Amino acid sequence: MLEVDNVSVEVNGVTVVRRVSLRVRRGEIVVLMGPNGSGKTSLAYAIMGHPSYRVVEGRILLEGEDVTKLPPHEKARRGLFLFFQNPVEVRGVNLLDLIKAVFEAGGVSGAGVEKLVLETADKVGLKKTLLTRGLNEGFSGGEKKRSELLQAILLKPRCLIMDEPDSGLDVEGVRLLADFIRERAGEGACILLITHYPNLLNYVTPSKVLVLVKGVVKAEGGMELVEKISREGYNGLV
Amino acid sequence: MKRFRERGTTGWCEDMSLGIENITLEEIPEVSYKHRLEITGRVSRSLVEEISRVKKEPEWMRNLRLRALEFFEKARTPQWIPFIEKIDLDEITSLYVKPDVEKTEKWEDLPEEVRKIYEKLKLPESYARYLAGLTSVLDSESVFVGVKEYLRSLGVVMIPMEEAVVKYPNLVREYFSRVFPYTDHKFAALHYALWSGGVFVYVPKNVRVAYPVEAFFFVGREMEGQFEHSLIVADEGSEIVFIEGCSAPRLRKESFHDGMVEIYAHKASKVSFVTVQNWSRNIVNFNNKRAIAEEGATVDWVEGSIGSKFTVTYPSTILRGEGSSTTSTVMSISRGGVVKDTGSKVIHAAPRTTSRVTSKSIVADGGVSIYRGLVQVNKGSKGSASYVECESLILDEKSQSHTYPIVHLLEDDASVGHEASTVKLDEDQVFYLMSRGLRRNEAVSTIIHGFIRDVLKKLPFEFAVMMSRVLDAEFGEYGGVG
Repeated sequence: MLEVDNVSVEVNGVTVVRRVSLRVRRGEIVVLMGPNGSGKTSLAYAIMGHPSYRVVEGRILLEGEDVTKLPPHEKARRGLFLFFQNPVEVRGVNLLDLIKAVFEAGGVSGAGVEKLVLETADKVGLKKTLLTRGLNEGFSGGEKKRSELLQAILLKPRCLIMDEPDSGLDVEGVRLLADFIRERAGEGACILLITHYPNLLNYVTPSKVLVLVKGVVKAEGGMELVEKISREGYNGLV
Repeated sequence: MKRFRERGTTGWCEDMSLGIENITLEEIPEVSYKHRLEITGRVSRSLVEEISRVKKEPEWMRNLRLRALEFFEKARTPQWIPFIEKIDLDEITSLYVKPDVEKTEKWEDLPEEVRKIYEKLKLPESYARYLAGLTSVLDSESVFVGVKEYLRSLGVVMIPMEEAVVKYPNLVREYFSRVFPYTDHKFAALHYALWSGGVFVYVPKNVRVAYPVEAFFFVGREMEGQFEHSLIVADEGSEIVFIEGCSAPRLRKESFHDGMVEIYAHKASKVSFVTVQNWSRNIVNFNNKRAIAEEGATVDWVEGSIGSKFTVTYPSTILRGEGSSTTSTVMSISRGGVVKDTGSKVIHAAPRTTSRVTSKSIVADGGVSIYRGLVQVNKGSKGSASYVECESLILDEKSQSHTYPIVHLLEDDASVGHEASTVKLDEDQVFYLMSRGLRRNEAVSTIIHGFIRDVLKKLPFEFAVMMSRVLDAEFGEYGGVG
């Protein structure tokens, strides 16, 4: 279970998230919506532990353990995974080597890893050549999402924060993504899904929808809230 | 820029083993061994004459030293080295140090304390397994000179420089100080006044040496100067790979290294010069390197600039013959109070000459890296092309990187490209990698390896392995574990 308990986040001294609380139980999909700049990504970064996104108030709990102050890799090792909206480019570091290094850090090595990466890349429709290119360098928007999806599948996290995983993906990609989310939720993972598009929500059923506006949770509900927002936008909530 | 020769991992030196893969990276503790003769005091005419007398040199060499000394006394100290405010030669009291060791071809003949130093540096192993020849200079003199039968059978000459002066006077006179004259700058003049040690290599026409040769330089004490001179002459159509290794133990005070390398690459020859500079952090390293390439010849410089306190070195090539080419690749690490003032110089003095200069530097903990390069395309060097690429990765706010590229384009029909960039360690990249489960130090190390990867891919495999090990040793724990 992922619990965000009364969390406020500061970036360069500016409060961008104010006293947000949410809870994602195992097997649950919680959707976080909100207009651009409302603090969704800031919250995601803060949960994962980006040093510039400081949690100045409240706590983050993973399976009941307070992980607020843990560095990102410790959270990753406890099963937390951040699916990045805009994954950064890293020159000279390729996906294949990165995944191998991550597996190695977790005590798994050998030729089996490479085979697994290649097979999974094929399944998510990621071209083989992208596995050995600099991370996200020259990747299209959809390819970046597929690279994130590939890592999400391989690392088998117990808790996923997915920051707009559907933006830039084609129909086929959205379907693959939805399958993955359903499957992982079915296996008991907790999923915090940040999205703008109701399209993805045709495929996955959230147990709860939260709307973040100016860093504050302004509304909570179910699918009816999504429908309202797609009809009227965020106007009624801002 | 298709005109440049791109090489894969195996294209360089045709799979040649360099024997540098497992070099010792740990700092060598203080060493002690006996000295037979030491010439100390201020740089003066009598001191220079004394060195010449000890070496039983011919008159022309003694006169060359004295002319260089005169120039040294008149020349001004270079003003363009911003971080090296003062090179205090009065601090360097031992200008010629002859260890109490008879020159030998056998490791077992060396005194035990000296042999142990070399064993620690894995030199006997490298020589046995990879090298066709090895000259090892201790302080001011060559103490181990190994030339394998293979090298002799090819007719290649590899002997200590001072022996060459006596044994091959005409050959040496033809080239010595012709590539890098003492009039170039004050420290070049000082070098010629005081030079001692180093190696002379002559590769006969059309001889391709399939194994590398190496010269290894070791400075044993503080307040000492090392002024070795190496001269490589590659005759027409020949090929050779020369490795230069440098090391010193941990010292209490500074020592000064003002060595020189002259390369003469005749028509269609190919010389590759690989430096693994791993001086200890007390060495002020002034290294003068220059080559002349005749028609169709190729000179490749590769330098891993790992150690030293200050390093000033600009491998240079004068492309004198039509169609000649050169590459220069320098990778440097500056950590703590270390300053690396490096760069490459290329003079295109003939048509259809090409050059490619690559510089990669990593600075951390207040280190300073300076790229100072020159590309000059002379009038008439039609169809020539040059490409310079220098990049720095700065790991923290305390460190600095500066770039001073100079281009003199005197010929319209030439293409010269330059690219320079300085990147700071990107915390978003670190965060991304950490979010996948890497510790901070692993993430930073991954980024550093990524930064240097494109260059390493084009270099000999063993050099790449060696540099990777150096980076792991230097930055494996950088930025803490948390």
